[in-house]
Amino acid sequence: MNLNPFSKRAPTVVDQYGAPGQGSSTAISAITIVIILGGWWLVTHLELIRPLFLPSPELVIAKFNKIACTEYYFEKLLVAVGARAEVEAPCHGFSEHTLHEHIIWSLYRVFTSFFLAVITAIPIGVAMGMSRMARGVFDPPIEFYRPIPPLAYLPLTIIWFGIGESGKLFLIFLACFAPIAINARAGVRSVSIEQIHAAYSMGASRQQVIWQVVIKAALPEILTGMRVAIAFGWTTLVAAEMVAAKAGIGVMVLNAARFLATDIVFLGIVVIGAVAFVFDLLMRKIEKALVPWKGKV
Amino acid sequence: MSVISLNHVAMEFPSLEGIGSVRALDDVNLEFHENEFVVALGASGCGKTTLLNVIAGFLSPTSGEILNKGLPVAGPGRDRGVVFQKHALLPWLNVVENTEFGLKLQGVASDERRARARANLSLVGLSDFERYPIYQLSGGMQQRVGLARALTCDPDMLLMDEPLGALDAFTRENMQELILDVWRKTQKVVFFITHSVEEALFMATRLIVMSPRPGRITHQYELSFCDRFFETGDARSVKSSSEFIKMREEILSIIYGEEVGEQPP
Repeated sequence: MNLNPFSKRAPTVVDQYGAPGQGSSTAISAITIVIILGGWWLVTHLELIRPLFLPSPELVIAKFNKIACTEYYFEKLLVAVGARAEVEAPCHGFSEHTLHEHIIWSLYRVFTSFFLAVITAIPIGVAMGMSRMARGVFDPPIEFYRPIPPLAYLPLTIIWFGIGESGKLFLIFLACFAPIAINARAGVRSVSIEQIHAAYSMGASRQQVIWQVVIKAALPEILTGMRVAIAFGWTTLVAAEMVAAKAGIGVMVLNAARFLATDIVFLGIVVIGAVAFVFDLLMRKIEKALVPWKGKV
Repeated sequence: MSVISLNHVAMEFPSLEGIGSVRALDDVNLEFHENEFVVALGASGCGKTTLLNVIAGFLSPTSGEILNKGLPVAGPGRDRGVVFQKHALLPWLNVVENTEFGLKLQGVASDERRARARANLSLVGLSDFERYPIYQLSGGMQQRVGLARALTCDPDMLLMDEPLGALDAFTRENMQELILDVWRKTQKVVFFITHSVEEALFMATRLIVMSPRPGRITHQYELSFCDRFFETGDARSVKSSSEFIKMREEILSIIYGEEVGEQPP
């Protein structure tokens, strides 16, 4: 690989004359990341900005170790292998929970809602694509609520579901539902009529056409919808956890902000970003495995 | 014995202005007999694809009837296999799974359908590509899978809607010979659409020439150039023979004659 970002082109790439944006951008991205992190380190160490506004990277890492109880679990491991008599390091976490407990709570909320959205939105979206009746019924409510920011109907979910888990799940569910349903519907509409005709002329029933042609052909767009939905779910998480949640990454950030613990706010943001990134990577892998023909037909 | 017959079939579409309608097919009478290779030829807009869609059952005619062995045709069915211009294969299935798809829909056991699909794949010369995903095949190979797929359902009739239209000239000529070969071996009735005069003359046992506005059959010819190909095995010499060229010029003058004599709408 050519690591020099200033050479005109990467030699591993076969160029098309005039093709926009050709060449690999990996090396340039790496440099951007280094500059951002280096700049962060530099301005905090030169004390150009007070830690209240911008804590140094070391401070954030130290907070990570404290809230994640790194030392505590390390000592526990040493005890387990018999290298140490007892655990001495304290483990307090933040807001009465360690970092991984916060993460697990948030993951539980996002994925439960996401799962519920997947099993309801895919059939409804496919039905909307297949049938005039279903489209007529579901189109107005979905198109109406879709552009409303979740924060706007957050109070309503509290009135309806109270401050327990179900309201939070419902809020994230709504955020995930629309993109999946709309993409599933678009996927059904994008199925080529020749494929459907071919199936019918081989004696397929309507059920067989739906299950063996339409849903499979719509799969790439359904997966795109799921990718968008999980990102929406994460975005809505903090709003959902604003309401009387005990644990969760969103709660952690909100509580930290209340105490002006900027380092923990930073930590929470980085964790949310990292988890979302990992999940998107995972979805892309799933996409590659499930729909290898995407973009090739 | 006629397999499929069309009696006074007419097809009208609403016009773009919303007033009145466009007559895509006007009083078409046509019979398909056992072991015939019928080619429909005509300029675009002459209703040949509409005619194929009506026979396939994707469109129901405004008036007239289509009979299959005396029984009216309502909708598509596996007695009429279709090969499309765009191959219309299913990209989530590999070559052999695409070929056996029709039998799977009918609930045929997997061993049997695999065997029948393999037999048809070897007929179109794709035995070595069974496991390939279809998007790794060339355009000509994809059309061959489409043909094998239609054959595997064992229809009475094969409907081919410009199956070679998207192929390059060399592949096209090879495919013409392959399709004739398959036709001779399987004894299917074929209805084949093209806008290439040479292709039409070379392949047809019966050629129907269609003309637009309203779409109708204007001329019919009984031809035997394909028999000559079977005797000699030499497509080039058939296509360069003087009778072939004479016939080609006659057909071309019909098609151009119409265009010259046509009034603007």
